[in-house]
Amino acid sequence: MKVQITVNGTEHTDEVEPRLLLVHYLRDVLGLRAANVGCDTSSCGACTVLLDGESVKSCTVLAAQADGTAVSTAEGLSGVDGGRMHPMQEAFRAEHGLQCGFCTPGMVMAGVGLLAENPNPTEREVREDIEGNLCRCTGYHNIVRAILAAAAAQSEQGRAGHAA
Amino acid sequence: MIPIAFDYVRPDSVDAALAQLAEHGEDAKLLAGGHSLLPLMKLRLAAPAVLVDVGRLAELRYVRPDGDEVVIGAGTRHRDLETSELLRTEVPLLPRVAATVGDPQVRHRGTLGGSLAHGDPASDLPTAVLALDATLVLRGPDGTRTVPATEFFTGFFETVLGLDEMLVEIRVPRTGSAGWAYEKFGRRNNDWPIVAAAVVDGRVALANMAPTVVRASLTEEAVARGADPAEAAEVADEGTEPAEDVNASRPYRRHLARLLVRRALTTAIR
Repeated sequence: MKVQITVNGTEHTDEVEPRLLLVHYLRDVLGLRAANVGCDTSSCGACTVLLDGESVKSCTVLAAQADGTAVSTAEGLSGVDGGRMHPMQEAFRAEHGLQCGFCTPGMVMAGVGLLAENPNPTEREVREDIEGNLCRCTGYHNIVRAILAAAAAQSEQGRAGHAA
Repeated sequence: MIPIAFDYVRPDSVDAALAQLAEHGEDAKLLAGGHSLLPLMKLRLAAPAVLVDVGRLAELRYVRPDGDEVVIGAGTRHRDLETSELLRTEVPLLPRVAATVGDPQVRHRGTLGGSLAHGDPASDLPTAVLALDATLVLRGPDGTRTVPATEFFTGFFETVLGLDEMLVEIRVPRTGSAGWAYEKFGRRNNDWPIVAAAVVDGRVALANMAPTVVRASLTEEAVARGADPAEAAEVADEGTEPAEDVNASRPYRRHLARLLVRRALTTAIR
């Protein structure tokens, strides 16, 4: 079947098998390897991407279900603003929100999705909201700090934007 | 893990979806959020030949007041339930239970109708809908019929839904200020419950204590007689037939049922 999916702002039209999972479409058809296949059972969240702005586990979505939608992956976050990192990526770097890095693309996208729904979360809300993303290095403290820092940076930017 | 190959259709209305079901019979399966069905297909425990995707039908996605009830489209996502202001004031149990399902990514996809039609006895929302005494609206080739939640679940992953039928609406009585609580016990916050108890307005439903979600009718009778939570909860596991699995033995599940019902009743009468 034919699917038309806008990935990181670029429209793609591809012939796919109905059983192709979104994560395999992104990785194997488009060559976007940020979203990782971790558990392959919608438990670990390493494959988290945004589907029409909402976080989803792309190992449990068919590419066919994403037909006609807009998908965002970690690759699409940086470079849009003169090559600079997205505030969420910048915060993960500054707060050392990663150790081995395998969960990181999913964590970053979960964080971006969280702030889209709740721009100023409390620490508890961040901890509850990333319940679907596992870090086997157990580096949760810095991940939570990073998401809170990104929220602060974004609201700072928002205020600066209003002032200008 | 890759599912067995299948055909995929995405009809643009409930009527068109019903026509697909009529055409393909037992080869077809409805796909909504896909968070129960796709994992089963990836494990090859399910292998439908045709998937009929109804996940995007706007006509199935709504929460609105209707007299003494709140009516909810079967395609309404868990996240919609969780964030519905109407439900928070009129049926507060439902958004609370929806918030305990899986994690945000799962709740962005999963639907109320899908969760009910799946018929998993260890599932949160069927337990809530049973405690709420909801009415389920089913559509088929011969029109619409309504089924009380107490008669909808017929066995382990089995419901009264015919092969050519579709769950389209859930009608929930407004409970307003009536006492309610949901107590869920599991190893991890985003897991299915090992046992869970939903209490609302004197009714009590249990997850994972039988092949279907069940009402704790002896506890309900005790509550109606004016028994206190501790006394009423003592009979919460009477008549249940919990399974034994890697998570819990039968006696442990019975213990959990009594404990969680006592906690839920105590919270609900506060």
